[in-house]
Amino acid sequence: MTKQLLSVQDLSIDFLTRRGRVQALEDVSFTVSEGEILGIVGESGSGKSVLSYSIMGLSDKAANIRSGSIDFRGVPLKPEKMADLRGREISMVFQSPRTALNPIRKVGHQIEDVLRRHTPLRGKVLKSAAIEALARVRIPDPERRYEAYPFEMSGGMCQRVMIAMALACKPALLICDEPTTGLDVTTQAVIMDLVRDLVAETKMAAILITHDLALAGEYCDRIAVMHAGHIVEVAQSRSFPNELKHPYTERLFAALPSAAANLSELAIIPGSLPDLRGALPPCRYIARCERAKEDCSLGPLPWTKIDSDHLVRCRYPK
Amino acid sequence: MNTLITILRRVLVAVPTIIGVVIVTFILQRALPGDPAVFYAGPSANPEVVARVREQLGLDQPVFMQFLDFIRRLTHGDLGLSISSGHPVLDDLLSRAPASIELTLAALLFAIVVGLPLGMLAALKPGTLVDHACRVIVTVGAAFPTFFVALILIFVFYYQLGIAPEPLGQLNEIYDTIPTTVTGFLLIDTLLAGDTATFQSVAMKLVLPMISLGLFALAPIARITRAAMLETLSSDYCRTARAMGLSYSRMVFSYALRNAMLPIISILGMVFSFLLGGSVLVEQVFAWPGIGAYAVSAVMASDYAAVQGFVLLMAVLYVLLNLVVDLVITAIDPRVRYEH
Amino acid sequence: MSTKKTAFSEFMSDARYIASTNKLTFGAALILLALVVLAVIGPAIAPYDPIATDAAKTLLKPSWAHPFGTDALGRDILSRVIYATRLDLGIAVGAVAVSFFIGLALGSIAGYAGGWTDTIIGRLMDTIMAFPLFVLAMGIVAALGNNVFNIMVATAIINLPFYTRFARAEVNVISKLTYVEAARMGGNGSVRILATHITPNILPKMVVQASLNLGWAILNAAGLSFIGLGVRPPTPEWGIMVSEGAPYIFSGEWWTFVFPGLALVIAVFCFNLVGDGLRDLIDPRART
Ligand SMILES: Nc1ncnc2c1ncn2[C@@H]1O[C@H](COP(=O)(O)OP(=O)(O)OP(=O)(O)O)[C@@H](O)[C@H]1O
Ligand code: SF4
Ligand SMILES: [Mg+2]
Repeated sequence: MTKQLLSVQDLSIDFLTRRGRVQALEDVSFTVSEGEILGIVGESGSGKSVLSYSIMGLSDKAANIRSGSIDFRGVPLKPEKMADLRGREISMVFQSPRTALNPIRKVGHQIEDVLRRHTPLRGKVLKSAAIEALARVRIPDPERRYEAYPFEMSGGMCQRVMIAMALACKPALLICDEPTTGLDVTTQAVIMDLVRDLVAETKMAAILITHDLALAGEYCDRIAVMHAGHIVEVAQSRSFPNELKHPYTERLFAALPSAAANLSELAIIPGSLPDLRGALPPCRYIARCERAKEDCSLGPLPWTKIDSDHLVRCRYPK
Repeated sequence: MNTLITILRRVLVAVPTIIGVVIVTFILQRALPGDPAVFYAGPSANPEVVARVREQLGLDQPVFMQFLDFIRRLTHGDLGLSISSGHPVLDDLLSRAPASIELTLAALLFAIVVGLPLGMLAALKPGTLVDHACRVIVTVGAAFPTFFVALILIFVFYYQLGIAPEPLGQLNEIYDTIPTTVTGFLLIDTLLAGDTATFQSVAMKLVLPMISLGLFALAPIARITRAAMLETLSSDYCRTARAMGLSYSRMVFSYALRNAMLPIISILGMVFSFLLGGSVLVEQVFAWPGIGAYAVSAVMASDYAAVQGFVLLMAVLYVLLNLVVDLVITAIDPRVRYEH
Repeated sequence: MSTKKTAFSEFMSDARYIASTNKLTFGAALILLALVVLAVIGPAIAPYDPIATDAAKTLLKPSWAHPFGTDALGRDILSRVIYATRLDLGIAVGAVAVSFFIGLALGSIAGYAGGWTDTIIGRLMDTIMAFPLFVLAMGIVAALGNNVFNIMVATAIINLPFYTRFARAEVNVISKLTYVEAARMGGNGSVRILATHITPNILPKMVVQASLNLGWAILNAAGLSFIGLGVRPPTPEWGIMVSEGAPYIFSGEWWTFVFPGLALVIAVFCFNLVGDGLRDLIDPRART
């Protein structure tokens, strides 16, 4: 039995904007255990980044956590304690690695910044720890790369540096927000293999956010599917795509393994995400759903438990 | 090694600019209204004297030969004689340059010391009082002519409140002892002479001119600092810094500010242009014994050699300052360093 | 025709939006308009003759009869400030117009032709920019002759590089766009392509540039006349009025320099604000 590391319960987040209240997340619940990779997939705008930023405590100033809790190792995450946890216990890797690194600072020094913040290492030891972090992500010739600037490296290499930085303090949870978007296919595989191996070597957990359903299926233990600020279905990856119960996920994965495996180019589901401003029906998929019945728009939407690992948020799961 | 080559290349880039400056200065001199020979020969000269003067000045030669002669004399540091002072123009300018440089640098320092934190605070706390204050200072500061600010400051702090010293020159000629000239910079020379009283008096006299001149440079600095900081603070790498738990101050200084320094330093080139031009006006108001005031009286007296020498000196100074800006950017930005 | 109309009404609604969100810009535009009106009809409404001296009325404090007071020669400062509007705005607008059109032409040629032409024009502009601009203007006025026209010429020359570089960069981008390529394939001559396809597209941004520049042009021209270049006494001009009033600071007659100075400040301030507003309207991304 693996130990539960992160638990998000009924998280609802609004953004107060000039043009109204954006209900970006509603009643989002999921858990991540040690040594596990959880995939989060969903169309653009479904709330994946909002979710990961709120775990990191990096939400926009306009964000308002309406309800819910985020527990880490069984203790609620407190905003004022987050600065200390970030980079040490929970780390994050972003899309577009080139811009995510400081362009005018040597990558070695950027890793040292993280180490200096969270460890007592200084001087020579600090430098060798940074080089070791680079070696851990299998960067060839780490001593030389330590001296390099981001602009001297390829996108894939920059992403490895980002991962090295994120893992420098050996965090318990790594959140990857579309870590391979924009990289070529071979580099994608190399980066993902790396993440998987690192998770396997340590007892680290990872959350992998992606548009790429095939990638999620290949690398994740469990997958959560998001739609318009809801998690609509969570299941073991092996349940994908054949045992899916929610009409949205069903249609989404029915297209696999076709060319449309990448959600960003996906057009198989008619209709689009509802406008998250203003009043929303309990099930945000209702306008696009072919199974919809009258009671779908009545009362709160229940979680339906298919088995211990498989939850669906639909009144009429298949 | 690599860095040395980059520096050399930057220096070389300045050479054609200097050549261009020299050519323009020469053209300006040729474009003068009237016949310089008549002018130099004096009002009572007869045609023979004028002809002799023309020959002496080389004005009977073709323009290209005159240009070569101009260059030849330049390489010997010969900028001609000032008709109003009777001294070589170069001597006049060099003896007055320190006063101008002292004023300009003090104004730059003032503008940076006030403008940089102001722009930073405005960017760090958008929508707050500091932000609004910054915006007001930036818009209002850009609209006030330097000479008008100078006069208002004099009126308020000298005439009304009486807390500023008499706005005439660098020294109080009656009470202050003039230090022996070592560097020519009064602030330094008085300290070298160990004369703290005079140092204080010189420093006090510098305050109003410095603020008048600095205010005009403050606006662009604060404006660009605010814009650049807003941009770098919302950059991906600052998000990374926060995601890695780096402290607020490290994120602000090592990540946001250091990157924002690039556009800020780039704008200093323009700021120097403002400062060198504005210094002429401020010197005029404060009877500052610098090259600006010298040039103004030279223009009025139609002392062409002096005006030309002044324009050339200012341009060379400006090119050198821009070179320094370039080198500082090279030092900060590795991307420029490796550019080929 | 109808598309033009909607584009225009869209522009107007944008303008109204900006005016309503930014009252300051709107106010500045109104003041500017008033200044322009003053420049045109000023001589007709000024209460006194701006150059008539009166030994009995020297250095009078501001009063109902002389709202801005009188100067050392007994001239009414209000009348002088009003009369000066035409000259000050005239020099600035004239100078900016000259550099606008020459800069547009030079920049378009450089950006479109590229190669040697581009290099030579670029070098020329670099050389102008290699001088502290106010100092260069001093040198030009000293060389060409100390009069108002040459102040305008000098101000135009030091403004030229901004317009040339701006036009060059814009033309460079636009001339590579497909519809321009298509026009070229269609056998249109360079001049025709520049005039019909390129220039109309960069004009709005150039106008923004010009309006941002006007305040600066006023400051430069006033600076030159402050140090005694160009404008000759007794001509009323804000810069020279400030410098004529300056000595009276030591006897407390502040009105001699404060009112003409304020006129300068208000004009420059309004030009800057309106320039910013125009930029937000036409080129919102260029905002800093
Ligand atoms: N700061 C904000 N203010 C207002 N609304 C926001 C803000 N940040 C996010 N949103 C809204 O929240 C919703 C979810 O956005 P989010 O960035 O999480 O989507 P995503 O799933 O990460 O999409 P993508 O795949 O494109 O990254 C969107 O509708 C977005 O408009
Ligand atoms: S709850 Fe009803 S509307 Fe929503 S997905 Fe299920 S069936 Fe469709
Ligand atoms: Mg996202």
